[in-house]
Amino acid sequence: MTDSLRTALFAGLVVFLIVSTGVLDNWNLALIIVNYGLISAIMALGVNLQWGLAGLFNVGVMGFVALGGLASVLISMPPVPEAWAAGGGRVLGALAIGVAIIVALVTLYKRTSGRLRALSMAVLMIAGFFIFRGVFDAGVAAIESVNPASTGYLGGLNFGGDSGRDWPWIVILGWPVGGLLAAGAAWVIGKTALGLRSDYLAIATLGIAEIIIAVLKNENWMSRGVMNVIGLPRPVPYETDLQADPGFVSAAQDLGVDAVTASTIAVKLAYSGLFAAFLIVLLILAQRALHSPWGRMMRAIRDNEVAAEAMGKDVTRRHLQVFVIGSAICGLAGAMMTTLDGQLTPAAYQPLRFTFLVWVMVIVGGSGNNFGAALGGMLIWWLWVAVGEYGPDLMVWATSALDPDNSFRQGLVDSAPQMRFLVMGTVLLLILRFSPRGILPEK
Amino acid sequence: MDFLNGLVFFTNFVVIPATAYGAQLALGALGITLVYAILRFSNFAHGDTMAFGTAVAIKVTAGLVALGITLGPLPTALLALPIGIVVTGLLLLGTDWLIYKFYREQKAKPVILVIVSLGVMFVLNGLTRVFIGVRDIQFADGARFLVTVRQFRDATGLDEGLAIRTTQAITLVTAVIVMVVLFWFLNRTRTGKSMRAFSDNEDLALLSGIDPDRVVRVTWLIVAGLATTAGVLYGLDKSFKAFTYFQLLLPMFAAAIVGGIGNPLGAIVGGFLIAFAEVTITYPLKRVLTYWLPDSMAPEGLVQLMSGDYKFAVSFMILIIVLLFRPTGLFKGQSI
Repeated sequence: MTDSLRTALFAGLVVFLIVSTGVLDNWNLALIIVNYGLISAIMALGVNLQWGLAGLFNVGVMGFVALGGLASVLISMPPVPEAWAAGGGRVLGALAIGVAIIVALVTLYKRTSGRLRALSMAVLMIAGFFIFRGVFDAGVAAIESVNPASTGYLGGLNFGGDSGRDWPWIVILGWPVGGLLAAGAAWVIGKTALGLRSDYLAIATLGIAEIIIAVLKNENWMSRGVMNVIGLPRPVPYETDLQADPGFVSAAQDLGVDAVTASTIAVKLAYSGLFAAFLIVLLILAQRALHSPWGRMMRAIRDNEVAAEAMGKDVTRRHLQVFVIGSAICGLAGAMMTTLDGQLTPAAYQPLRFTFLVWVMVIVGGSGNNFGAALGGMLIWWLWVAVGEYGPDLMVWATSALDPDNSFRQGLVDSAPQMRFLVMGTVLLLILRFSPRGILPEK
Repeated sequence: MDFLNGLVFFTNFVVIPATAYGAQLALGALGITLVYAILRFSNFAHGDTMAFGTAVAIKVTAGLVALGITLGPLPTALLALPIGIVVTGLLLLGTDWLIYKFYREQKAKPVILVIVSLGVMFVLNGLTRVFIGVRDIQFADGARFLVTVRQFRDATGLDEGLAIRTTQAITLVTAVIVMVVLFWFLNRTRTGKSMRAFSDNEDLALLSGIDPDRVVRVTWLIVAGLATTAGVLYGLDKSFKAFTYFQLLLPMFAAAIVGGIGNPLGAIVGGFLIAFAEVTITYPLKRVLTYWLPDSMAPEGLVQLMSGDYKFAVSFMILIIVLLFRPTGLFKGQSI
């Protein structure tokens, strides 16, 4: 079987599964799967770049996805002028002080040595911490006391009207900014952690992701924490606006669909188009990168670091580069997902869903193969939703031989939604055992 | 008097909880470090192994209580612990036979085994959730306190009280017993010595006739014992929730790596170090400092260096600092 035939068959399978969901269940669900599937495919592309191309073991995907989500809030929400007046300058000043202290610490570390270094760094660190907290805490308290029930944070940069609806384009601008924010974080993390052994890097990235989520949950002045930011502006029309539009209603009637259903489908299709456009551009770029001299160099480094280093390749630098690019793609996908959700809920970020599920996508799809990773993203996302949606029904059917009051049966039926994890783990283990290079292997 | 009051307060809210938590982390980290020393990979499924073992122990505890069997003042879960260990041990042996063995025979790279352990993590996580659900479960019974605040105040006449919960005392006693037995086993018995030999130099160990399959089997059984004990103690002390156990992975790995991965003594020291750092940095120290400092210097704020949600950041910072400046850990660990 040729590679392109295999790819076509895999793509056909994904399309078939989604279309069957639409035909047999409902098209709304099918389109939801498509939209999140496209975002998952983008995340999988990012991880594939890091793992498939460069062999970097990053299990902090969740952190970068969450940073992307934060960026989409910071760009697309309207600002809160009262909060800015109350403490915006103070908080920004405190952050500047914090950066200055870190820079001073690094300089001290480089310029001095011995006991003097230890002593001066300790003094600066402790003094700096209290100065920072002194300035920072007051500003935070001021911001968080501004109308805490609905704002209590600084808001974003969307100056298009009260709810930000006048500037829908700025939402799309927020996506690449999400990528940039994730890239910045990845650069800092990569600078410290990339020299480590592969499994230490894994632990380090796992920790970073937890810390990023803790920051999002805690720093209410920035992200409203666990109070969530809701009502994010959209880049696509609102259902209610469409239903009020006579042109749209008559067009829907011509197609024989009622206006409400037509509007929900139209909005989802608009999102699908946007996400698909981003995915296609990224796929083209990733394919070009894979087949370029740069891609060959990355694979050479992956397969034999020592030899590549002997050939004069700067392994650490290349690793940092690909780590930043891959994380940026995850951040971009995270920003898209937050826009699609319409809200930022920091408590919803769970490593099993946002880190390890993406890994399952890449490994099942085929690490090192861009199409494999992207299609793996769609396939695994479909499976994830399908097990959650249809698992309970299936369980009721499978245990129908038992008495309905049987506690064992009830336990099984109640826990059916948790079967997702069992299914994902089993799929991952089966693929690793019987087809370790994934459904679409690297060429 | 002020100094003593401050000390009692500090002991009550920082030292005692941190010691119990440290013992739990140390037992968990010992399991991770043993898998690393013998099987040579970082086992991401360890947190979920703990959750599974604890879930079994909870079910058995419920069964025993329903039958009217309790341990009096001690939690019934201690009676259920051996059964939990046996079931978890069988599960781990089954996992090894079904999954890990294949990759060991292929001599797969460690990172592949780590990914395989991610798959096992998913499966164990799902199993635990299906088996016991996702709710928060309290399963400690028996006497709640060994020493209550009132008893302590009456006995000493101090303003501040000190309480020792039964679960905290049990944690410490059990952890000490388990650690002593483990070190005796590793240093004094033939099997333990063969394990250490296998960890030091696999080829040499094979040459001297050590049966590798037996070493691996014994390791998994010990890991099951350590993980279930750690999980049950943690659950008794706080509460059981599958997701919390998954999150313990980070501080446990930090403890193992900080101490020097592959080194059992290092895992114990690392566990206590991480626990003390986490609790001290995230606890508001205002009252302690009010007692200890002269009135003019008494703090205004809470003196909570970081909010409790940042406890992961603490273990993580320690981990990064140790890795950057002393990559093999405080005690010399392995570096493959």
